[in-house]
Amino acid sequence: MCRIGAIKSKKPVYPSTALRLMLPQQEGHDNSGFAMVMQDLFGVFALYKDKPLLSMACTKQGARLVEDYMAAQNFIKMAEWLPVPNKKPNLDIQAMPYYIFRNYDYPEHIEDIEKREALLLDTRLELRKILTESKQGYVYSFWPDVLTLKEIGDPRDIATYFRLWDDNGVLMSKNIIVQCRQNTNYKIVRYAAHPFFLQGYTLCANGENTFYTKNKEFQKNLHRGYIGFESDSQNFLYTLHYVLHELKWSIPYYKHVITPLPFAEIAQRADKDILLSIRQSLAHLEINGPNTIIAGLPDGRMMTCCDSKKLRPVVVGGDDTTVAISSEVCGINEILPDRNMERDIYPNEREVVVIDNDLKVIRWKQ
Amino acid sequence: MEAVKVQDIAVNDLPWKIEYNSERCTMCGSCVASCTFKAIKVDVQRKSVTFSEENQPAPVHHQCAIPVIKQVASIENFCRGCGMCEKVCPNNAIRAVRNPDSRKTLLARDNGPIKRGGRTNLNSQRTLDKIIVGRISQMTDPSLDSVRHTFDIRSPLGRVLSPKELPFKMVDGELISMKKTPPVRWIYPLIFSDMSIGALSTRAWEAVAMAAAYLNERCGLPVRMSSGEGGMPVKLMESDYLKYFIIQIASGHFGWNRIIKAMPKMKTDPAGVLIKIGQGAKPGDGGLLQAEKVAPHVQAIRGVPKATLASPPNHQGLYSIEESVQKMHLSLNAAFGFRVPVAIKCAASSTSVSVYNNLLRDPYKICGGFFIDGIQGGTGAANEISLDHTGHPVVSKIRDCYNAAVEQGAQGQIPLYGGGGIGMTGNAAADAFKMICLGANGVFCGKILIQLLGCIGNEQGRCNACNTGKCPTGICTQNPRLVKRLDVDRGAQKIVDYVLAFDAELRKLMAPIGNSSLPVGRSDALVSTDKAIADKLGIQYVC
Repeated sequence: MCRIGAIKSKKPVYPSTALRLMLPQQEGHDNSGFAMVMQDLFGVFALYKDKPLLSMACTKQGARLVEDYMAAQNFIKMAEWLPVPNKKPNLDIQAMPYYIFRNYDYPEHIEDIEKREALLLDTRLELRKILTESKQGYVYSFWPDVLTLKEIGDPRDIATYFRLWDDNGVLMSKNIIVQCRQNTNYKIVRYAAHPFFLQGYTLCANGENTFYTKNKEFQKNLHRGYIGFESDSQNFLYTLHYVLHELKWSIPYYKHVITPLPFAEIAQRADKDILLSIRQSLAHLEINGPNTIIAGLPDGRMMTCCDSKKLRPVVVGGDDTTVAISSEVCGINEILPDRNMERDIYPNEREVVVIDNDLKVIRWKQ
Repeated sequence: MEAVKVQDIAVNDLPWKIEYNSERCTMCGSCVASCTFKAIKVDVQRKSVTFSEENQPAPVHHQCAIPVIKQVASIENFCRGCGMCEKVCPNNAIRAVRNPDSRKTLLARDNGPIKRGGRTNLNSQRTLDKIIVGRISQMTDPSLDSVRHTFDIRSPLGRVLSPKELPFKMVDGELISMKKTPPVRWIYPLIFSDMSIGALSTRAWEAVAMAAAYLNERCGLPVRMSSGEGGMPVKLMESDYLKYFIIQIASGHFGWNRIIKAMPKMKTDPAGVLIKIGQGAKPGDGGLLQAEKVAPHVQAIRGVPKATLASPPNHQGLYSIEESVQKMHLSLNAAFGFRVPVAIKCAASSTSVSVYNNLLRDPYKICGGFFIDGIQGGTGAANEISLDHTGHPVVSKIRDCYNAAVEQGAQGQIPLYGGGGIGMTGNAAADAFKMICLGANGVFCGKILIQLLGCIGNEQGRCNACNTGKCPTGICTQNPRLVKRLDVDRGAQKIVDYVLAFDAELRKLMAPIGNSSLPVGRSDALVSTDKAIADKLGIQYVC
């Protein structure tokens, strides 16, 4: 079983805080990897928030392939952070030769947001294709103000390798979604490690999706960005993206899609016709099995919810400056020991919790 | 000695032979009275008896005449193996025994093709028994508790729109529907299949209908029953119970005069309308109700004289699927104000996927369900040659149709229902569950219902006399004397009990794979021990 976590803060935090959130929970995971998505960046990327940031891990040849492609597409390099790794002996990490985090400027000004988003997605998909076909690397995200780092190994050693313990001011952000385990159900592939990212939406899931096959078969035809399916948790992200970004429905309907109310309960509701239509038309996006989801939205809000039987844990706790979401409370105790624990929230199976950009916690029942 | 005439029919030419023990027989006559086929008769036999009454042996030889029960050696009145004689015999003196050397099939065509009821006796292979629910939740995700957890066992009947076609608008964070959407009913995934009043005795039909109503009203299971082609009792159509029924229209349009006349008086809408294009047991052939069964009440309900009622093989005036969609679907949708889902039932065929694709792409979006009926479906009457030599298995067909929809991202838009042999071995829940995992939204079954009522027919040539009007169980006959053999209440109770067990068993299959709602299309839950089946269905091969 995975452990997942997220931090949302008014003040930028270091990745080490995210690690401190996760490490006390290590009994629940196998320390086989580290993956995080940072959003609302400070540090070296603070000046380029409106420019898409490419996050990738690759070989030298892969780096060249990407550079060639980006140049051919007229993307202009703006800023770059190439981590200088601490190659201490005996670190448990299966490192790639190069990690590249680079801001680009758009080839031309695109007024239309959807077109801009489409360009970023298509570029990432093309880069992924190039790197996959040549077996020269992995591209995780290409989006303004979003950085993704994923690696296989012990999270503590990975942090040492990338000097994340140093808190040196390079990497900081107000939002971090994090997870410390490689996918263990299937083959270990870097793409299979959550959090997953698509067009501003980030998602981590702790659990199993027993409707993986159904979800996957349906999602494949819904959007060109719904690819990979290396993990059954990707389904959660694609459905989130589909409901919010493609259908443009509000967050409460995401919960209605993935864990619809039983028919008997729908029948009692004033909005039963809408809920039934959703259950009908999006039946293949329903998610069964135990799980907890933590998601980051393009506007910076975070949300969490659970499966319909509450088979996986999650807790939300915080103070005026920082709110954390975590599989286990011990993680939050580590980073926010002085918060008022009585105000911690343990969402139930029908509950959705959203943390807005003022750290206001909004919760409702489906 | 009389010369043997080899063309004479003898008892050993028939499919069943009567095994009779005169020493156990009490001459009560029950067996003869109960045999509806007149396959046995009372006869007198000469008997040679030798006995001694003295202290010393003093054998006396007697010739005497004794009454016996004797099998009739006739192709018309052959024993069907129904076993009623054995059932009524108080002294175990008589029973029918299968005759492996039967020549009946060869000899019974003097008056044209052989006709019978039941299901195929040749193609009773069971794909579903080679499939196992093999993806069990262990460790990584927990199995559910089939008793403690809630399960949402419902299936849609009606045209489902794709998410982007939903006429929704966001207003202040809430979705508002801007337009009417096609009607969809969420029903129990087990539909009582179409068996008409006429094919069934009115009482047998009533027993099935009572069971359906009871399951709805008392057990909370929204089971729907298809009327079959032959109309429905007017009182039922004018009652609240109509909502539990799917009215069928087939090529003979039997019963529709009454249905149309009842429409203004209907208090509620029916659950659906089912257009029957074909039937798995006799694909390409129309319904057949032989004159023997066209009793006065059947004449009244269908508006016909006493004659053999043959529905045409197709709906007259429909020459293509486009026409079918435009004419039949539209007119039947319109007839009920577009409030009632209209589905279509076809015999499984190599062409089923093409039909399904056509329906999926229909611009009116008015086909509310595709029912595929496989070769193992039953019938009240058909030519034996159709029953045994035409048709198509349903399991791979459901899978093919589902996969065709998946290719187009249209899965679930026209719900798929599979039938024809569901519950053939008595385990309908296992069959239904596997069909659902392969892509069906639900299943329909008929034969198993009448078997629960008491039908003893099977696919090894037992009885299969549904066409004769002589049904020994009173189910497929209109003969009032025979119908009295059926206890309607007990029959209905048997069906109710079976469906309740079916429901519990479905949960027992959903729980270990960790699903609380129906795993439609969850083929990863299945494995097969047969490589060819695994390959065809796209599931894991295991050994």
